[in-house]
Amino acid sequence: MPVDASDARPVLELERATKSFGAVRAIVDGTITLYRGEAHALVGENGAGKSTLVKILAGVHAPDSGDLRVDGIDVHFRGPADARDAGIAVIYQEPTLFPDLTVAENIFMGRQPVRAGRRIDRRAMNSAATEIFTRLGVVLDPDRQARGLSVADQQLVEIAKALSLNAQVLVMDEPTAALTNVEVDRLFGVVSTLRSHGAAVLFISHRLEEVFEACQRVTIMRDGAFVRTDPIEMLTVGDVITAMVGRKLDTMFPKTPSHPGDVVLEVRGLSRTGIFSDISFQVRRGELVSLAGLVGAGRSEVARAIFGIDHATAGSVTVDGKPLRLGDPLAAMAAGIALVPEDRRQQGLVMGLGIDRNVGLASLRRLRRRGLIPRSAERLLAEDWARRLQLKFARLTDTVSTLSGGNQQKVVLGKWLARDPRILIVDEPTRGIDVGTKAEVHRMLDDLTSQGIAVLMISSELPEVLGMSDRILVLREGRLVAEIGGSDATETSVMRAATGQEAA
Amino acid sequence: MSNQATELAAPQRLNSLRRGLFRWESGLVIVLLAVIVFGAGEVPDFLGSTNLFHVGLNSGEIGIMALPMLLIIITGEIDLSVASMLGLSGAVAGVMFEAGTGIWPAILVALAVGAAGGFLNGFLVARFGLPSIAVTIGTLGLFRGIALIILAPRTVTGFPTWFTSIGTTPVPGTPLSVSILIFFILAILTAVVLQRTGLGRAIYASGLQPEAAEFAGIRVRRIKLWLFVLSGVVCALAGLLFTAKNASVTYNAGTGLELTVVAIVLFGGASIFGGRGTIVGLVLSLAVIGFVQQEITQLPASATIQGIKPQLQQIIVGALLVLSVIVPGRGAALRRLLRRAGSPKRTAGAQNPDVHTSEVTTSGR
Repeated sequence: MPVDASDARPVLELERATKSFGAVRAIVDGTITLYRGEAHALVGENGAGKSTLVKILAGVHAPDSGDLRVDGIDVHFRGPADARDAGIAVIYQEPTLFPDLTVAENIFMGRQPVRAGRRIDRRAMNSAATEIFTRLGVVLDPDRQARGLSVADQQLVEIAKALSLNAQVLVMDEPTAALTNVEVDRLFGVVSTLRSHGAAVLFISHRLEEVFEACQRVTIMRDGAFVRTDPIEMLTVGDVITAMVGRKLDTMFPKTPSHPGDVVLEVRGLSRTGIFSDISFQVRRGELVSLAGLVGAGRSEVARAIFGIDHATAGSVTVDGKPLRLGDPLAAMAAGIALVPEDRRQQGLVMGLGIDRNVGLASLRRLRRRGLIPRSAERLLAEDWARRLQLKFARLTDTVSTLSGGNQQKVVLGKWLARDPRILIVDEPTRGIDVGTKAEVHRMLDDLTSQGIAVLMISSELPEVLGMSDRILVLREGRLVAEIGGSDATETSVMRAATGQEAA
Repeated sequence: MSNQATELAAPQRLNSLRRGLFRWESGLVIVLLAVIVFGAGEVPDFLGSTNLFHVGLNSGEIGIMALPMLLIIITGEIDLSVASMLGLSGAVAGVMFEAGTGIWPAILVALAVGAAGGFLNGFLVARFGLPSIAVTIGTLGLFRGIALIILAPRTVTGFPTWFTSIGTTPVPGTPLSVSILIFFILAILTAVVLQRTGLGRAIYASGLQPEAAEFAGIRVRRIKLWLFVLSGVVCALAGLLFTAKNASVTYNAGTGLELTVVAIVLFGGASIFGGRGTIVGLVLSLAVIGFVQQEITQLPASATIQGIKPQLQQIIVGALLVLSVIVPGRGAALRRLLRRAGSPKRTAGAQNPDVHTSEVTTSGR
């Protein structure tokens, strides 16, 4: 359905909204206009104010100033319930359903159809849920428990819930971050169905390819302010990135020629029953080796076993020719291995602690002077790394939960680089962080290899793998199936190996 | 970054000052002052050395047991067997002394029993990943049961005078009981460990986010194991002090004290979900409860409360326990309330970053 922006009345308008938290100005000019039947992308770096804007639309935050209009009428939301009543629904990245209730019960939570005697009419509820799913063109059993649903299916339940509430505007905050490609395609199908029914979809994503695939118009924000809104066909990916970061990025993948030295890390026949088996490879000084493969191929699990979080059931790991005691992270750390884990919020950081405490957490023994940890030593270490990594923060004692995703990742990197590792394992180092920081992380990895550190990178982003690696190891279903030289690799050759297509 | 830091410096400093004023500990100071002022007005010679000695005497063992409890609660676990260990330790020492081993071997064996009991708790929690609340409810019964088997229905008395005088005479030159002095020394040591050592950092991290702690090379389970052992030994020590105070041993000594100990830790600002708590808060909380109990016992005979004094004490401890748990993120809640009172414009739906932070903290488990 084409968007006729010229004469249609916008379903939602936010104009010159501002919002500050104490001294932090989260939004200085929040402006966005949505029309019925359009999928509208909102893009910007982390910290650009997208989340705050979404929370204003969702009624979670009241703007300090500015106008919000729904169907041309001024509104002031006093809470999320007001926004919902006005027909605005927000689908979060990781929905929170009631796991013990059924899909239909989740959709109609608090509004269940009742029969005589106020008993819940389960049959009416299930058929209403089925009807919504049919309208969306998806298949989901309304009578199954929400527990165990994939993230993608949970999002569908949330979308169905929004539709049952007659939502006119659906805001999707990074909906594709945790989805597989097939699920993303299905979600885009649902989005276009929603559009054809006259709803407006506001789509927030870091993946620009998806923005170009699914959306008709795009609004770009930078530093809390509106930059531009344009029809997508008038822009290139380069235009969008330039508008987002406010400058031209020289290059996304600043790979310099590497000069691999001696073998530092050698993995031989490493296995973990039922997860991966017989994994053997080497990483040299100054070399960046990638572990590629589909989600679930066992890449992160190999990293966890090398670092000792998980026990390997067979095989050995040697560092500089010396065997490493497996299953003991402290032994791995003592041997010079650092692991920047996949899940920043659960594994990489203690969210409730300050930046300084998090940076120092892996270096407690090094910071110790006569049994005590001097506050000054901890602060100096954190200051040093905050400067080197160009961390954006207010105070070093601020909890890391107040930082944007990209800055959080820098804290994790600082925490491990503070140990002067010889081997750095990074698991999805740029997941969920904005393009500007992403380029910074890539440059940092390149610097580290030229300093002689051996880097083992796990990444699901093929351009990153292709752009950064000296060698690419491809895992499929727990087995090492291919090794491809960095310059020989193409998207096709890696994907073929990862999916097993070459045998067919 | 440096630009941003200087730009924000002034309001940030003001913010942190305000935050400091509205900390939970600051509230405790006010409550403590109120309790002391009330006591000084109502109870004759409330701040006299005899009265202070009794406050310390009655709070000493509880405070001592509360210290390892604080560490355990910060890691997100709990030890409900503390009072039973106090009883078991006294019973073991009593039985040995009665058998003629002399007081020192009896003391050493009692401490060893404490270590063994604590190890049992820690082993079940750390090795098998069992929930500590279930494990220690089990050993609460077990330790008391063993005390009953080896001692009941006898009462052991006749301890040396130097031993029992620990519970009757203050430390020379001070109004302090030996038990409260030991508490203060251990409290300072615990504060140093919590705030100034890697172990302290590891304890907070383990409670806030165990997975991230393990990824940083912290041996979360090993730390928990040794904290339970520490708790056992310290509670055995408390049991010996309790024995000295009463100059006798019965199998049911200290029954029910575990709730008082937990109440003191939580009222001191520690979070039952782990990751939060300070020694300063604990000391203040112990002082509040110690003084309140003393006031209840010392209030001039008035017909209304005379007959129900022990019950009243229990009710107050219970109320504090519930209060400190039902007001989640109390410091933040207090700040929010005051801020909202200060700026009536803020609407009900609005949240501020502080609230968000405290949510993250508590959901860390």
